[in-house]
Amino acid sequence: MTAAALLPRLRRKRSAMPGLGLTLGISLLWLSLIVLLPLSTVFVKSAGIGWDGFWQAAGSERAMAAYRLSFGAAFVAALINLVFGLLVAWVLVRYHFPGRRLLGAVVDLPFALPTAVAGIALTTIYSQNGLVGSVLAPLGLPIAYRPAGIVIALVFVGLPFVVRTVEPVLEQLSKEVEEAAITLGATRRQTFLRIILPAIAPALATGFSLAFARGAGEYGSVIFIAGNMPYRTEIAPLLIITQLEEYDYPGAAAIAVVMLMISFTMLLVLNALQVWQRRRSA
Amino acid sequence: MSIRVEEVSKRFSTYPALAGVSLEIVDGEFVALLGPSGSGKTTLLRIIAGLDFPDSGVIRFGDRDVTDDPAAKRGIGFVFQHYALFGHMSVARNIAFGLDILPRRARPARAEIEARVDELLKLVQLEGYGERYPAQLSGGQRQRVALARALARNPRFLLLDEPFGALDTKVRRELRDALRIIHDEIGLTSIFVTHDHEEAFALADRVAILNAGRIEQFAAPAEILERPASPFVTSFVA
Ligand SMILES: Nc1ncnc2c1ncn2[C@@H]1O[C@H](COP(=O)(O)OP(=O)(O)O)[C@@H](O)[C@H]1O
Ligand SMILES: [Mg+2]
Repeated sequence: MTAAALLPRLRRKRSAMPGLGLTLGISLLWLSLIVLLPLSTVFVKSAGIGWDGFWQAAGSERAMAAYRLSFGAAFVAALINLVFGLLVAWVLVRYHFPGRRLLGAVVDLPFALPTAVAGIALTTIYSQNGLVGSVLAPLGLPIAYRPAGIVIALVFVGLPFVVRTVEPVLEQLSKEVEEAAITLGATRRQTFLRIILPAIAPALATGFSLAFARGAGEYGSVIFIAGNMPYRTEIAPLLIITQLEEYDYPGAAAIAVVMLMISFTMLLVLNALQVWQRRRSA
Repeated sequence: MSIRVEEVSKRFSTYPALAGVSLEIVDGEFVALLGPSGSGKTTLLRIIAGLDFPDSGVIRFGDRDVTDDPAAKRGIGFVFQHYALFGHMSVARNIAFGLDILPRRARPARAEIEARVDELLKLVQLEGYGERYPAQLSGGQRQRVALARALARNPRFLLLDEPFGALDTKVRRELRDALRIIHDEIGLTSIFVTHDHEEAFALADRVAILNAGRIEQFAAPAEILERPASPFVTSFVA
């Protein structure tokens, strides 16, 4: 087909919002420069050792244990944040009490704090002689230097993601919709489960994805509290650092590639779920 | 069943939204609450519905004092100005909501609920729209869905807060006529809020005119036009 024959068709498809071509172009260029280009070097680096070398580094027992720990702990932490993040967002939106703004600022602290500071502080509190650890350890619940400690560190860094994505959606939820449910005979519980929860579900999913992704890649706040025992409390990002310190750059890159692929796949699936959910109700 | 409002007062902070309102609405009557913006119409309707509670005064349905009953227990249907449909549910699920949430003992069988939904869709002239979602409907259609949803549990009273306020004139008139027919067919007792006196006079058996939290006159349209009770009424319906 000639270009002339194609043109009118393109014309008709023109969007009502002008500037799509330009903004899309800039967005793609920007994402390429900031995200894709650095990431691609990881792939290039890991390719240098061939398939066998790749799997030796990225598929070792030790690496497998590290992936399981990093993604498992991130998943559990994101789930915990889903529940308590929703609770905090709810309190911030629905109740007006003295100190509400202060509480709102506290929520953002994990964003601002250098992660190492958070890690050291958490370790101090949860170690056997710490404020909380000294209470929990005698009960047979040691936290520090266990996977549980890793989960706690990831809950800490992930909390703002859930609170800050759910909060605006909760704020926009119309009071009338809830009142409609009540006049139709719904209990508070039914109103929450059948009306409010479905309405905020996409925001919850986004908050969960962000907290999960952040948790899987988190390093600074975790290494102090984790104990870093290979096979037991060694997270994947730490394993990468260990390889780097041994000047095994391709090995480190190979582990990074596996982490990237897992993260990317999970984010893609979560995104697809959301699109599906939105399409159902749009 | 009749609705009796006895000396109801309500303040928000210091400003009285309702200052001692009394009304008696007869069984089967169609009443309009008419008044300028801020005169207390919505507040009165919400107190009757149980969505707000008065500082003093009593609400009775028949002989029963329902002043402290929660909205969920009052057996009312409420229609909001901006429809307040559940966006994540299909039209059919919206309409069935009041039935779907009944405890198992009281809930009709699945087939019965679907039959009721079909019946209501027909009543509001939206047959075949059950599988759509609210976002796929026009304003007038959405308000019809809201009306059907409010009627699903056979309420004794239908309360409507400026139900046509967000719609254009033509759709307004259509819906207005449909509402009156439905009211007569089902034998409801209905109260609807409006700030448009033509709409009130065209539709209602009796019109209560509110001004600054008080009732200026409560009478049939003809009576109000012939013998306005106050200078305010005269100027407001002019
Ligand atoms: N939730 C509220 N908080 C404070 N003031 C309110 C609230 N609801 C209504 N009011 C005030 O009460 C008065 C009556 O309001 P409303 O009943 O909504 O009037 P209408 O429906 O006739 O326009 C108005 O002055 C309004 O500002
Ligand atoms: Mg109003």
